[in-house]
Amino acid sequence: MSENRELEVQAEETGEEKQDTQEKGAMSPEKAEEIKLKAKYPVLGLRPGGSEFLMKRLQKGKYFDSGDYNMAKAKMKNKQPPSSGADKNLVTGDHIPTPEDLPQRKSSLVASKLAG
Amino acid sequence: MAGPGGGGGGGGNDLQWCFSQVKGAVDEDVAEADIISTVEFNYSGDLLATGDKGGRVVIFQREQEVGNEFEFSGTKKLIYFCQSKSRPHHGGGEYNVYSTFQSHEPEFDYLKSLEIEEKINKIRWLPQQNAAHFLLSTNDKTIKLWKISERDKRAEGYNLKEEDGRFRDPVRITTLRVPVLKPMDLMVEASPRRIFANAHTYHINSISVNSDYETYLSSDDLRINLWHLEITDRSFNIVDVKPANMEELTEVITAAECHPHQCNVFAYSSSKGTIRLCDMRAGALCDKHSKFFEEPEDPSSRSFFSEIISSISDVKFSHNGRYMMTRDYLSVKVWDVNMETRPVETYQVHEYLRSKLCSLYENDCIFDKFECCWNGLDSAIMTGSYNNFFRMFDRNTKRDITLEASRESSKPRAILKPRKVCTGGKRKKDEISVDSLDFNKKILHTAWHPKENIIAVAATNHLYIFQDKVN
Repeated sequence: MSENRELEVQAEETGEEKQDTQEKGAMSPEKAEEIKLKAKYPVLGLRPGGSEFLMKRLQKGKYFDSGDYNMAKAKMKNKQPPSSGADKNLVTGDHIPTPEDLPQRKSSLVASKLAG
Repeated sequence: MAGPGGGGGGGGNDLQWCFSQVKGAVDEDVAEADIISTVEFNYSGDLLATGDKGGRVVIFQREQEVGNEFEFSGTKKLIYFCQSKSRPHHGGGEYNVYSTFQSHEPEFDYLKSLEIEEKINKIRWLPQQNAAHFLLSTNDKTIKLWKISERDKRAEGYNLKEEDGRFRDPVRITTLRVPVLKPMDLMVEASPRRIFANAHTYHINSISVNSDYETYLSSDDLRINLWHLEITDRSFNIVDVKPANMEELTEVITAAECHPHQCNVFAYSSSKGTIRLCDMRAGALCDKHSKFFEEPEDPSSRSFFSEIISSISDVKFSHNGRYMMTRDYLSVKVWDVNMETRPVETYQVHEYLRSKLCSLYENDCIFDKFECCWNGLDSAIMTGSYNNFFRMFDRNTKRDITLEASRESSKPRAILKPRKVCTGGKRKKDEISVDSLDFNKKILHTAWHPKENIIAVAATNHLYIFQDKVN
């Protein structure tokens, strides 16, 4: 009796599973992709209040302060950190630094390669 | 079908596209600054301007000569050709560098701790009214009016100065002479004539010259301003969608354009896939639209991605002003200006990406902003895709074609072979599977000559120019 019951339950479960896969098959590719994404990032879309994409978009290029900005630039250009060795000799000590002495952000005054 | 400005359908007796020129360095390393960010023909099509991430503008001019030469420049690896004399005059003529200048420099706003990129977002030409050429170029914050003029004569024989500029000793000057104009090598000079700054809190996405040739509009994420070309210290705010409480922000402005003939009408698109047409005669502030275009959405098909992929990345009026074209992530839609309920035509650009949205979201490609353009007759439209593919749709024949901008097809007069992406299991020869597409090779910017079948396609740091093969 109990065996039969178990078999019945099992049959029900597999039946439901079959229904699930059937539903997934009929689902739009978009929905399937959404499920994939939610599986990877369950927290997505749960934050309230306004679209986070829009906020991120409006905030583009924002730094905490100019120091934060310069550190970020330095990280991008590892070859030219803000306190490079060669410049230290010129800038510190007796020499009073002027804007010209400070390492410049690489300027794009190099001509465009489209211009040959 | 001969004649300029015809449609862009595929094979057979239809238009066929040939490689004409490619600009840019051959080396594999792509410097960030070299990435082309905008491409624009001027009103006659004789000038082609590009802007890049490094804030530089390069202007190419079409050669008027029609000759028999075929030249190969070994050092620069630039292959170009001229057409034979027997061809009709309106064809041929390659584009060569006319002028190049640094338009914008990188800035840092210390007050707001905001980096201001020098990347040129848009270039728009003004119609030519005298010998000089004028264009507007903009980065995220500042719009500049540039004057590009030619100098081919120089005055010689000044009384007070030597030819090298040194002042002459006044005691030695015994006669008076009139300076004469002597020819000199052509010099093309670019100078900034107006700087329109400090009017945008958010990032400028569009500029558009009005048909009155006196005003232009600039739009950022939340506001649209109207400027007079002569006045830099004032601009009128005509659209403001900033909510009182930023937490309530649900929609931003993505693009804006003036109507090509009606100087009181402009349109702007949103991140929710809607377009609003506004009439400046209705009021000083055009927050209330005159027309609202939105395609009804099937609620059952809604997903997490729906809003993101419906965001319009570009809106362009047709030359005749009767239609608008919008580009969203997967499709291009043509709207009749008189019908707000739904687009009259929809073209799928790369529908096979719908089943890849998850990974496209993860690598941020889903936020790529593709542009679109009309041909001169409004009979065909073009837009870019990935893997350096670009698509053309003929509105009359309903045929479409996929072409590729690549070094492999960069042989002179080479007819571009149509490309095909295979979605199913069985991949035919010459087809490319969706998973093999290079998503770093995106064609976001394309331009079509206003009168002829010449197109400019920006593939990252290279500019390709293709022409039709007149049979």
